[in-house]
Amino acid sequence: MLAADRLIALALMGLSIYFMWHAKALPIGWVPNAGPGGGAFPFWLSAIMLAASTLILLRSFVSHPHEGEKFFPDADAIPQIAGVVGLFVATIAVIPFIGTYLALMAFLFIYLKFFGHHGWLLIGILTLATPVVVFFFFEVTLKILLPKGWTEPFFFPLYAMFF
Amino acid sequence: MEVLGLLADGFATSLTPLNILIVILGVTAGLFIGAMPGLGSVNGVALVLPLTFIVPPTSAIILLAAIYYGAMYGGAVSSILLGIPGASTAVATTFDGRPMALQGKAGLALIAAAVASFVGGTISVLLFTAFAAPLAELALKFGPAEEFALVLLAFTTFVGLGGDDTLKTIVMICLGLVLSTVGLDMISGQPRLVFGDIPGFYAGISFLVLAIGVYGVGEVLYTIETARTSPAVSTARLRMRDLVEGIREMNKMWKTMSFGSVLGFFVGMLPAAGATPASLMSYGLARTFSKKPETFGKGNIEGVAAPETANNAASTGSLLPMLTLGIPGSPTTALLLGGMVMWGLMPGPMLFIEQKDFVWGLISSLYTANLAAVLINIALIPLFVWALRMPFSVLCAMVLVLCILGGFAPSQKLHDVWLIAGFGVAGYLLRKADYPLAPLVLALVLGPLMEKSFRQALISTQGDPMIFFSRPLSATFMVLAAIFFALPLLKMLRQRLSKRPAPAE
Repeated sequence: MLAADRLIALALMGLSIYFMWHAKALPIGWVPNAGPGGGAFPFWLSAIMLAASTLILLRSFVSHPHEGEKFFPDADAIPQIAGVVGLFVATIAVIPFIGTYLALMAFLFIYLKFFGHHGWLLIGILTLATPVVVFFFFEVTLKILLPKGWTEPFFFPLYAMFF
Repeated sequence: MEVLGLLADGFATSLTPLNILIVILGVTAGLFIGAMPGLGSVNGVALVLPLTFIVPPTSAIILLAAIYYGAMYGGAVSSILLGIPGASTAVATTFDGRPMALQGKAGLALIAAAVASFVGGTISVLLFTAFAAPLAELALKFGPAEEFALVLLAFTTFVGLGGDDTLKTIVMICLGLVLSTVGLDMISGQPRLVFGDIPGFYAGISFLVLAIGVYGVGEVLYTIETARTSPAVSTARLRMRDLVEGIREMNKMWKTMSFGSVLGFFVGMLPAAGATPASLMSYGLARTFSKKPETFGKGNIEGVAAPETANNAASTGSLLPMLTLGIPGSPTTALLLGGMVMWGLMPGPMLFIEQKDFVWGLISSLYTANLAAVLINIALIPLFVWALRMPFSVLCAMVLVLCILGGFAPSQKLHDVWLIAGFGVAGYLLRKADYPLAPLVLALVLGPLMEKSFRQALISTQGDPMIFFSRPLSATFMVLAAIFFALPLLKMLRQRLSKRPAPAE
């Protein structure tokens, strides 16, 4: 936990500096007769953030908070969480190519099979019913077109039917 | 008595068939979301908000408020049946609710929780009705200087009263405010913090993206880690006898419940406090004033009633500053505020003048939502027992699917879905390292108002910062903010001073 505390403080310090560097693009000083410039708000708030996260880092060397506690009390959870994050990111990454529907079906299938260890019946019902519900809710009712990628041509007959 | 007339007009809005249906739907959805371990009102509102495009604005906000209400009722269900609080707001309910369930009195405990929630909800809605209009009238006198001072005050309450690590709270407030400045500078119109001209950042970062990331993806990751083994569900049989006994028992607790309601309402108004501390305080006070304090924690029905009245009252209380001042009192109300802005309804005193129908429609819908929630809650108890047996992995998969779709729907940009993934992982890690997330979300929602009022006030005085101290109301807020900000320092000093003589003894 102590190491994680320090790493996160360091990451936040880096992030503040990155923000400050970008905020500098607009005036960060006091514009005469008008108050702060456009970059001042993000710049100085990032500066406060930098100061506070630096203090958190320094404090960890003085008082050793959370010593003896583990950041992941249950180490078995790490591969599972990393797996879910990886699957989630992969799902978003393939949406522009294979479309939302196939991506979500693949996501549900993999998640329920390998993380949930469920039976085929439940997996089948959820994997097949979700895209249908999603299509009718988002595309037909709300008129929000979801990205379809290469699968777009398969939807032409459906468009003709519902729009 | 003008209030009664306005409220009657409000009922004309909220009692249309569509809105009654919406309240029933919202309350039911909220009850189930609240009853799921790990998911509370804030997760429910974050996940459902992008789907509300389906109904007109007034109904959309009524729907979200009904979900909020239902989730506050539902939180008690998993506290009692699983021993895991549905949300942090229902922590205190586990203290006596779980022992009652283990003694075979789960049905009675659930009825007590529902009735107590109803009492807390009703008393607080009455208080809300009485305070809303006068507070809005006072807020009409606010200029940019007062607005800025008030937002500053809201943030300093997190520092002074939040109870979290002071430095970490400050980091989170600043991070939220900086993220809120991404996009176009509101005064010069120039792009800033677009991170190397990434087009997706020109529109800014929506509060919804952060909320879905933190309360959707982040919450799922947290749940996967903390609740990997499915807990045992207590069965709750509901007999007519329980219902009669429950109501008879509750009748003896008027003092506890009315005290809890009033306490909850006022604690709920404070941005840093809210439903969780309110319910813990109410529980503690009920135990202190009880004739048999030793029975608390072992299945005393009063220990269920006290926190449940307070947490429902607090959720109504936190709506008050959101609606009248435009300053939300909790993350959930911050999302409601964001939702209202999305719909073109700017919360604040002008809302009470320009959108009378909406405001009083919403207030009157709280009365109907409250009544609907208690009835649906008691009627659906057997269904909750069944729903809680649903495996976590199915729930998590569904929430993640909703995160992708809900993130895409409002802006129709995949950029936002990527941000959700990023915020989700970051929020999960930050939460594990004890960084409070509520100030982060609140800061992102309030950031634009804070910057705008600050710069407007300074432009109006040609850059003279004394405007914040020369106007009486603004000066009062500034002094209060300074006191809250100094509180942790004073606390630290006192600890140091009290420690010092110790070695000499």
